[in-house]
Amino acid sequence: MRLLSKKDSKLIMDPLADNNPITIQVLGICSALAITAQLKPSIVMAVSVIFVMGAGNVVISLMRNIIPSKIRIIVQLVVVATLVIIVDQVLKAYAYSLSKELSVFIGLIITNCIIMGRFEAFALANGPWRSFLDGIGNALGYGVILIIVGFFRELLGSGTLFGFKVLGDSVEKTGLYAIGYENNGFMVLPPMALIVVGIIIWVQRSRNKELIED
Amino acid sequence: MGLKQNLHNLREKYKGTKMAPAFNALHTFLYTPNYTAQGGTHIKVADDLKRTMNTVIMALIPCLIFGMFNAGYQHYLAVGEIQAVTNGFFSSEFWNLQNFILGFWKILPLVIISYGVGLGIEFLFAVIKGHEVEEGYLVTGMLVPLIVPIDIPWWMLIVAVAFGVVIGKEVFGGTGMNILNPALTIRAFLFFAYPTWMSGDKVWVHGAVERTKEIANGSTADAISGETILGSLAQSHPVDYSVMDMFYGFIPGSVGETSTLLILLGGLFLIFTKIGSWRIMVSAVLGALVMGYIFNVVVDAGWITETSKFYGLMSTEFWHHLIIGGMAFGIVYMATDPVTGSQTNKGKWIYGFLIGFISIMIRVFNPAYPEGVMLAILLMNVFAPTIDHYVVQGNVKKRLKRGKLKTA
Repeated sequence: MRLLSKKDSKLIMDPLADNNPITIQVLGICSALAITAQLKPSIVMAVSVIFVMGAGNVVISLMRNIIPSKIRIIVQLVVVATLVIIVDQVLKAYAYSLSKELSVFIGLIITNCIIMGRFEAFALANGPWRSFLDGIGNALGYGVILIIVGFFRELLGSGTLFGFKVLGDSVEKTGLYAIGYENNGFMVLPPMALIVVGIIIWVQRSRNKELIED
Repeated sequence: MGLKQNLHNLREKYKGTKMAPAFNALHTFLYTPNYTAQGGTHIKVADDLKRTMNTVIMALIPCLIFGMFNAGYQHYLAVGEIQAVTNGFFSSEFWNLQNFILGFWKILPLVIISYGVGLGIEFLFAVIKGHEVEEGYLVTGMLVPLIVPIDIPWWMLIVAVAFGVVIGKEVFGGTGMNILNPALTIRAFLFFAYPTWMSGDKVWVHGAVERTKEIANGSTADAISGETILGSLAQSHPVDYSVMDMFYGFIPGSVGETSTLLILLGGLFLIFTKIGSWRIMVSAVLGALVMGYIFNVVVDAGWITETSKFYGLMSTEFWHHLIIGGMAFGIVYMATDPVTGSQTNKGKWIYGFLIGFISIMIRVFNPAYPEGVMLAILLMNVFAPTIDHYVVQGNVKKRLKRGKLKTA
């Protein structure tokens, strides 16, 4: 017996690859640029969005028949805002330094276009279980890109991963730094995140020609 | 059987295969083709893309040679082996073999790396994408070694050239399609990625970095300091170069950008051969002078006092801005790039003027970015199509109006 039917597993797998919210739909770019200078905040951001989107999609889906369509955007905003405040408070309580580091960007999950987009496009028209899978799938697709970008930016920009000096010590000149290697300061700046995302888009589309738009 | 025939045979052998563009490019670069077009009507013109590129390279050669002499001169002057120039442009302290040999061996690798990596990537993309190799990199490859500090580590240059050619040019579709000037993209990448190697007082004179290390390890030798004039001015340090030194180029700086005299000659050559746009050059100079003059007026009016951190650069006489830093080099060789600049004549005036104007503004207001001209040109590269659009629309409107008047 399969855990998920074929149709349901498509909901999760599609956003991870051929319908990725960042590289194909080009949504949620702003946070992908802002918080991916290091790997840890990228992962925290990814997990937060997975929670908000999974739960939000279920809530909206449950309420879909009683929300008057004229005020549905406001209702959606209230739902996201509530969930985001929960995430924010949890972070403040249990990971204060990380919360400081992510600062305003946790709050800005409210305006993440992927979330509103999935509410509008999916949760308003589908049942809670399928909406849940869709939310998790899209948030995972978002998170995967964030983590890839964060990995390269932290490795090449700071020479660390999760704060561990994997390439050696840049001040003491050990490891790679002993032979003259230096960190690429450009990687820490936001424009490089855009370029890394661009390269991911390039690789993805040259592997699957069907994704190339005219 | 000569090399030409060999290349021709190779080319015939690989015709229609994946590697064809690579052999084609090599053959047509070195020789004229073995056959001529048959039938139809043809217009014969002398200046194809290759000729254009070669003309610019010719205009750059004096800067390159001067850069080699200057590299040696700055080094030996800093270590105290020779005296400063006394005898005008043709001083024997400057033009001697010792200077040239040192500069030659320091700069040759930069040229080889720039061409090797850049052309390698161009060939690779041509083979993968199956189009002919274009000549676009010939000028970029010569510009790159001229706009970097002499002691730049080779691997950094390799990384930067690869980045600049791929992200600055190939992703947009290759020669003629790029938005940003590739040579400046390469320099901007270096500047933001490895700022310690692109600014400060240690990188412009060969040997200064090594000497610093030796001193850190306990050597008693004097430190070599080769601050650029812009760097000194930004920190309100005294500048002990005469105006003629600056004009002739006997000053520290990137390899080929110091000699305003030779850049001026190169610029005249480009204008004479109609390769570079005189409109852009003239308007950029005007823009720089206007901005510099505004700053001078502000200082004269007493709004900025000597305690201000902008005082050093703002009080610099406005026309000095043209002969220090990379201003002249940028205006003559980078701003006039026909691909990334404005195409319309009126647009060229606006484009050039804003380059000069913004360069001096960045230079003065942000001492962390002494090379304002690089950022100004990149910025205006982005705006060039917009400028052209409005110039063309303005013309369309004017002519529509004229048409209406006639029919009315």
